[in-house]
Amino acid sequence: MTLDELGPDNRATVVALEIRGTQRRRLMDLGLLPGTEVRVDMTSPLGDPTAYLVRDGLIALRRSQARAVHVEVRDGSERQ
Amino acid sequence: MSNAHLLDQAAALRDDLPADFQDGIVESIYADAAAISSHTVSRDSQRARLTADRLLDRALTHRVWGFAVMGVLFFAVFWFTIVGAAAPSAWLYTLLVDNGHAWLRDGFVALGSPAWLTGILIDGAYLGTAWVTAVMLPPMAIFFPLFTLLEDFGYLPRVAFNLDRLFSAAGTHGKQSLSMMMGYGCNAAGVTATRIIDSPRERLIAIITNNFSICNGRWPTLILMGTIFIGALAPPALGSVVAAGSVVTVAVIGVLTTLLVSWALSKTVLRGQTSAYSLELPPYRRPQLWRTLHTSLIDRTLFVLRRALLMAAPAGAVIWLISNVDVGGTSVAAHVVGALDPLGLALGLNGVILLAYIVAIPANEIIIPTILMLTMTLGSGMSGAQNGVMIELGPAQTETVLIQIGGWTLLTAINLMLFSLLHNPCSTTILTIWNETKSLKWTSLATLLPLTLAFAVTFLTATVARLAGWV
Amino acid sequence: MTSGFQASSAGPACTSCAIYNSANLAKLGVETGDYDYVAAVAGNPNTGKSTVFNALTGLRQHVGNWPGKTVARAEGGFTYRGLGYKLVDLPGTYSLLSTSNDEEIARDFLLFGRPDVTIAVVDSTRLERNLNLVLQILQITDRVVVALNLMDESQRHGITIDVRHLGRELGVPVVPMAARKGEGLPELLEAVEQVATRQPATSVRRVKQRNAALERAVATLSDKLGQAFPGLPNTRWVALRLLEGDPSTEQAVRDGTLGDLGRGAAEAGSARPTGTAAR
Ligand SMILES: Nc1nc2c(ncn2[C@@H]2O[C@H](COP(=O)(O)OP(=O)(O)O)[C@@H](O)[C@H]2O)c(=O)[nH]1
Ligand SMILES: [Mg+2]
Repeated sequence: MTLDELGPDNRATVVALEIRGTQRRRLMDLGLLPGTEVRVDMTSPLGDPTAYLVRDGLIALRRSQARAVHVEVRDGSERQ
Repeated sequence: MSNAHLLDQAAALRDDLPADFQDGIVESIYADAAAISSHTVSRDSQRARLTADRLLDRALTHRVWGFAVMGVLFFAVFWFTIVGAAAPSAWLYTLLVDNGHAWLRDGFVALGSPAWLTGILIDGAYLGTAWVTAVMLPPMAIFFPLFTLLEDFGYLPRVAFNLDRLFSAAGTHGKQSLSMMMGYGCNAAGVTATRIIDSPRERLIAIITNNFSICNGRWPTLILMGTIFIGALAPPALGSVVAAGSVVTVAVIGVLTTLLVSWALSKTVLRGQTSAYSLELPPYRRPQLWRTLHTSLIDRTLFVLRRALLMAAPAGAVIWLISNVDVGGTSVAAHVVGALDPLGLALGLNGVILLAYIVAIPANEIIIPTILMLTMTLGSGMSGAQNGVMIELGPAQTETVLIQIGGWTLLTAINLMLFSLLHNPCSTTILTIWNETKSLKWTSLATLLPLTLAFAVTFLTATVARLAGWV
Repeated sequence: MTSGFQASSAGPACTSCAIYNSANLAKLGVETGDYDYVAAVAGNPNTGKSTVFNALTGLRQHVGNWPGKTVARAEGGFTYRGLGYKLVDLPGTYSLLSTSNDEEIARDFLLFGRPDVTIAVVDSTRLERNLNLVLQILQITDRVVVALNLMDESQRHGITIDVRHLGRELGVPVVPMAARKGEGLPELLEAVEQVATRQPATSVRRVKQRNAALERAVATLSDKLGQAFPGLPNTRWVALRLLEGDPSTEQAVRDGTLGDLGRGAAEAGSARPTGTAAR
């Protein structure tokens, strides 16, 4: 599944980034690379973008970008 | 000597590397970072964010409350500015404009200064400067600290987060809203702030539309029009609220214009992909009250004021000159105003306003004093003002002058507000755009597009108002 | 390394450091005049770089709680124990590898401005993410002091950092601080002086490429660069950039400006040999 499909308060691990070039580099510089744990923190009132917790930082990504990040939901994801 | 062989060698070595070696570079660094931090950092809980921050974010980015709070906060900033500035402005006015001017003038006359010198220096340069000080200093001294407190708290990125969907739909970069917010202080600063946008296409859109963020040079015009024409329509108790409301409305029209123009640009001359967007939302931090007051008062306010004064003094002198140099029995100013009147009236404005905007290309700050002065000089003569003497009027008399001598209507006031919002950026901003783009084409577009829009919109509202018989 | 934080008595300890501090520090504002050393303030966005800069120079660079507040370079000066420093506040950057217009200013200054000391300001509540940049900086220069800022916030978050261990891992001085309160400034000045005046540490952390082929390619090319440009300090980094095909580095090799890096450090401060990054 991709990052934009991740439910609130679910934890997941990045498995692949499906973009190339500078955009890929940018995401990686923010700390979003294969193996990184991510979590949905909150969604904009207009539905997009969504803010994710990545390595203790709160980073907002638009849906079009989150769609390019493939993730795997981790077992034992807590539910609120 | 050529080092090209090094580049060739690099290319050859590259061919032997796996396709994804570039990822490997970043991954190696992060693996190291993770290893180091796992050895050195320990935490007593797994919470990633403070509960207070999370709760605050729930509220400030809430579907309903998020927007409500945003509206109330910005409205409050303007309301405080309008209400809080009234008394100090009046006081400065009495001190600098009423008494200071008379006192200086008497001094000059007593020293035997020729009439033209007294005219240029005292009735022109000094009065222009005094007027700008009295009208601009108090609102700026209130507006900047309030805005800086919001900024220090960490609220601005939340606004960007809340509104991003709109910017995304307009085909622009998410960080454009941040450069816009800097534009509310000064458009030149806003244009420089667009450097945070990586994509050249989206950066140009942000530069061209920054003009629609109302800079501090324009707030006084809007506040004055809002207070004496629109606030006056309401019962006295509600006057300041209605006035603040009208100013906020113009600001919102500015945001909508930004979105609309951005959208149009990204569909035409600046077509292309919307690039990656990532915005880090910082934690909330307690603003440093004293430091903020100090910084925004001493630095921002005085800096902007100094600029205004540097522009106001020569402009005051120019106005005195064009009002007092006669060609064929009529002053230069009267000739120009006469020529501009047909166009001005078609736009729901008048020739005086257009001439004022020409004189005020270096700085928007001096629009209102210029308009008042020209109106009184060129008016029917009932005021008995000397030619080209900048006005010595409080807001109440200002209204009388504009309506009775200038023939202003509510339409004139509203269209002046719209024109002030839309028209071309000031010369400092134009220069900054040139420095940032180094392109004649984009600098001209950024100058002429707003001007054209200002003409078109005011013409439209004037025509509609006339056809509907409102004026 | 002494620290008000590790001793967990930040309050009282710092009343005395203010006095200690003011005895040796003279804030010079924008007056950089004659200086002995150039120090750069670098780091991720919103980590307190401008706050550190202001505390040292007595200037009032705008500080704001959002990433992207500083987009241009600001300069100021101070003297400490009789030595003059020019301090340069750089825009925040997440990485030296990919850059937007504001980040390019920071990268070019670190690479080509050759500061004598780079103060890497780090957010102690997000150490891992910040170390990404620190490790990159360590690849191009070993004259680095890490300012572990926002210690007051990480304490509130219940985060403890083993500062000594971090310093050993990185091979450069690490100074815990809370720049907004002025805590840790005396120690920072001390460390800056030490790095500026003495031989740089030899044990600086250099990230090894985990891909063996890449590591070999970097080593080969780095040797060649060392021959072509004797004295070039960061050949491994340049080699990596060339392998990646970075346009501005390629340009610097082609027209020979890369060679200037081996020479005069401080003087090159204002020159920007690369204006050619892909736009
Ligand atoms: N609590 C706390 N806040 C700080 C400290 N240093 C800086 N800040 C705040 O962090 C924010 C970013 O600071 P700034 O100097 O503009 O960061 P820059 O973007 O790296 O230049 C501002 O709101 C500062 O007031 C600190 O030591 N403690
Ligand atoms: Mg800064």
